[in-house]
Amino acid sequence: MTPKRRQKLLIILGGLVLAGLAIGLTLYALRANINLFFSPVQIAQGDAPIERSIRAGGLVKEGSVFRDPQSLDVEFRITDYVDELGVSYNGILPDLFREGQGVVVVGKLQADGRFVADKVLARHDENYMPPEVAQALEDAGYSPADYQEKAAEVGKRLNKQASE
Amino acid sequence: MSRRLLLLLLPVSFLLVALFLYQRLQHDPAQRDSALMAREFPAFEATTLRDEQQTVDQSLLKGEVTLVNVWGEWCPACKQEMPQLLELADQGIRMVGVNYRDTREKGMSFLNQYGDPFEMNIFDPEGSLGFDLGVYGAPETFLVDAEGIIRYHHKGYISPQDVSERILPEVAKWR
Amino acid sequence: MLVKMIPELGHFALIIAVLMAAVQAVMPLAGATTRRPLWMAYGHPMAVGQFLFIALAYVCLTTSYLLDDFSVTNVANNSNSLLPWYYKMSAVWGNHEGSVLLWSFMLAGWGYAASRFSCGLPRDMVARVQGVMGLVSLGFLLFILLTSNPFERLLPNVPHDGADLNPLLQDIGLIVHPPMLYMGYVGFSVVFAFAIAALLGGRLDAAWTRWARPWSNIAWAFLTVGIALGSWWAYYELGWGGWWFWDPVENASLLPWLTGTALIHSLAVTEKRGSFKSWTVLLAIFTFSLSLLGTFLVRSGVLTSVHAFANDPSRGLFILVLLAVTVTLSLLVFALRAPRVSHQVSFSWLSRDALLLINNIVLVIMTVTILLGTLYPLILDSLNLGKISVGPPYFNALFVPLTVVMCIFMGLGPMARWKSMEARELKRKLWLAGAAALVLGVLLPFIYTGEWNLWASLGIVTALWIVLPMGRDLIDKTRHARSRLAGLRKLSLAYWGMVLGHMGIAVTIVGVAVVSNYASERTVRMAPGTTVEVAGYQFTMTELTSRRGANFLADTAVLEVQNIDSARGFLMRPEKRFYLATGMPMTQVALRPGLFRDLYVAMGEDLNDGSWAMRIQYKPFVRWLWLGGLLMALGGVLAIVDKRYRRVKVTNKASAATPSQSEPQEATL
Repeated sequence: MTPKRRQKLLIILGGLVLAGLAIGLTLYALRANINLFFSPVQIAQGDAPIERSIRAGGLVKEGSVFRDPQSLDVEFRITDYVDELGVSYNGILPDLFREGQGVVVVGKLQADGRFVADKVLARHDENYMPPEVAQALEDAGYSPADYQEKAAEVGKRLNKQASE
Repeated sequence: MSRRLLLLLLPVSFLLVALFLYQRLQHDPAQRDSALMAREFPAFEATTLRDEQQTVDQSLLKGEVTLVNVWGEWCPACKQEMPQLLELADQGIRMVGVNYRDTREKGMSFLNQYGDPFEMNIFDPEGSLGFDLGVYGAPETFLVDAEGIIRYHHKGYISPQDVSERILPEVAKWR
Repeated sequence: MLVKMIPELGHFALIIAVLMAAVQAVMPLAGATTRRPLWMAYGHPMAVGQFLFIALAYVCLTTSYLLDDFSVTNVANNSNSLLPWYYKMSAVWGNHEGSVLLWSFMLAGWGYAASRFSCGLPRDMVARVQGVMGLVSLGFLLFILLTSNPFERLLPNVPHDGADLNPLLQDIGLIVHPPMLYMGYVGFSVVFAFAIAALLGGRLDAAWTRWARPWSNIAWAFLTVGIALGSWWAYYELGWGGWWFWDPVENASLLPWLTGTALIHSLAVTEKRGSFKSWTVLLAIFTFSLSLLGTFLVRSGVLTSVHAFANDPSRGLFILVLLAVTVTLSLLVFALRAPRVSHQVSFSWLSRDALLLINNIVLVIMTVTILLGTLYPLILDSLNLGKISVGPPYFNALFVPLTVVMCIFMGLGPMARWKSMEARELKRKLWLAGAAALVLGVLLPFIYTGEWNLWASLGIVTALWIVLPMGRDLIDKTRHARSRLAGLRKLSLAYWGMVLGHMGIAVTIVGVAVVSNYASERTVRMAPGTTVEVAGYQFTMTELTSRRGANFLADTAVLEVQNIDSARGFLMRPEKRFYLATGMPMTQVALRPGLFRDLYVAMGEDLNDGSWAMRIQYKPFVRWLWLGGLLMALGGVLAIVDKRYRRVKVTNKASAATPSQSEPQEATL
């Protein structure tokens, strides 16, 4: 082997080793750090893992938001109009958080079925129901159309109340 | 030579990525209707709303440009768009309804109360035709051409403005 | 009368620009292939004309905004008569249609500049560059006219008033951030055009790199500033105090920045040593392709993101086709025309060549991992494996170690010689700096807080490892001059550019390391009279009031802040605004910025009993993040004003690829 060839071989080998290392690390990091999404239906069916970081989403149930008067603890229920999920959170709720509005919460499901959120995300959306939730409803054999109608009705009514 | 081939793998693999992204574009739930565009109206066999004995299938939609409107008594927006549908029927457009997740009684009383622009109503109590159509919520309206191919999909309420700006031009285009 | 026709005028100007772009795309390329000077001569006038007409269209749209012409759909949807004039101007690019117009305007501007400043280049090369720029421009102009016309009218039902600009966008950061970012994205199109032109003309020589370097530097500088501004905007506007969220849109801007960084380094090797030619060209193609891919991901709605534009399938499809055509064609050209075997230039493992090669590999690995993390949710969803999101932990777990690896080599790079050098020499130059970095890095966290922190130390060691060897190098380089100052003056601007760029990275790293490890945050319930202590400051809420702004109502809290040590006090006034037209609430953060710490107070939510949930944060060294970005960009700009690039006339350097041991003074990146 000429020195030039050897050098080239070394370059290629070095590149391959680095790339392999990177891919390995990447896949490991991906496995450890992804958050799967679940809707209340799926959680009620027992699909979601306990004590692992997941995302859950749905609509904030009317009249379910309860704030502790002393601290910043807050509890609310999210619903997809089939099943519900109780969420507890400590901190500031986002500006767009409102009853009847779609939210996504990131946190861990407890063994007693409560969801302890460390992040609450609200997105302003005219469709009221987050698309992931509609998809989950459909997968569970419900017709999302019915619930979307309902969600839109509640959302509009609450909006009207808020603006009055 | 092999080097050239290896290099040619670059554009080819990128094309694969582009194809994947294209498929994603189709897949987006916000625009799921595009998946059905330019496809044949799904095959079905169902009774009509008025007559339990009469069955119809997809051949119903062949031979003439037809607007297929998916509605239900439970859906408030469907009531609001009835005047527009009646106007469309008045203009000589063939209308077929799909009574979606409803009961015969309620469906009939709806038509009696709000008017009946439809030549015929397909009775779909289980929502199976709606499912095949990818209906996400009533009302939704499909334009089917003379060959039975879906050419246009209107999601939601048809406003008077939609009639002149969207529906009529689309009908004219496929006639 | 004429005023009423301004939108039509703009539309018409765009149509003329499309025609000119088409001519510019066809004639110069055809002329260069068939060697017809007359055809090639079409390029420059078309580039000028296109620029002028798009500028006219842009002015027309801005005028419609300023005149509150709500018969234009775009204006009606994104502006409001209550909006102050400067936000009316920036609202032009706060929406999809307007921002694509701005993008095209900048593209035409870059095309004009490339055409104007290339007069000393071989004629066929210029013609090909103009042709490629014309093609890219044609694609974007067609995109505007066919799917995103900003001049569409809402006739006859003209709304009474506009829907207003999204309150998040009513802000100085959003006035400057997108134009900078687009300047960067679009700027890489010039480098791309040079790469394709060189491939087509078979002129992949050292001269090519000399032409392409200034363009890639300036585009990179713009992109750097754009990203830094975006991070700064997110920091103070979103109300969370975060400065980087690994959001798909942020990733979309980081990807071309990473390959762009690799590109400017690889160009240096190609210019100095004549090696890595094909690789450099490929990087130029990748960088521009990633800019386009980012645009696609952001605008098609394929990925969900906080920044997402309203999605429209026809738009997504158009950009995808544009992306597919551009990338596939250019890779095809690359595959067919890349030099068969770039004549081998040998170098040893201890040389600047090798270190830059490693730098390139690491940067590309970073790019791939971020791209993978961004697209992974799409891939899994396609395979029906569930809906997931890839969070910051993934990106941090990969990005941090890769950055450290890169920085290790970054400290070595500027010290190393081209081709080969003795390990002994490198050791002699570096041991002191390395030891000092290690000792200081371990000690500084102790001095700062009295407590040791592994991550903060790691960051400081890394930063010092970049900076200290450069200081040592400066001393070495000026040793033989008459005076130190004279020696410093003799160093080339390009060298100073490199120093500043690397210093910028170091400064940013210090910022990241300190703010990530020493920031403190408290979320508390506060009513007038409540006092809270955060990081040595006492925050006392004195008042809760409300006021009316131009187009919003606001709840304002007044906080008295006192430094416990020095007993100096000042006031902070965070606000919660409610925008009237959109009915959207917005958090207006109160900031007390400083070079070594920021105080950050945001109003969370009204708890309906006279108290508010407040978020109070202490952010040490957070300014260093963006300061570093500015330094990097400044370095990029300095490097191009170096006198080497002012020699416009080409001294036929086609065979200048001979490896030469460069003088230390000339050693540049």
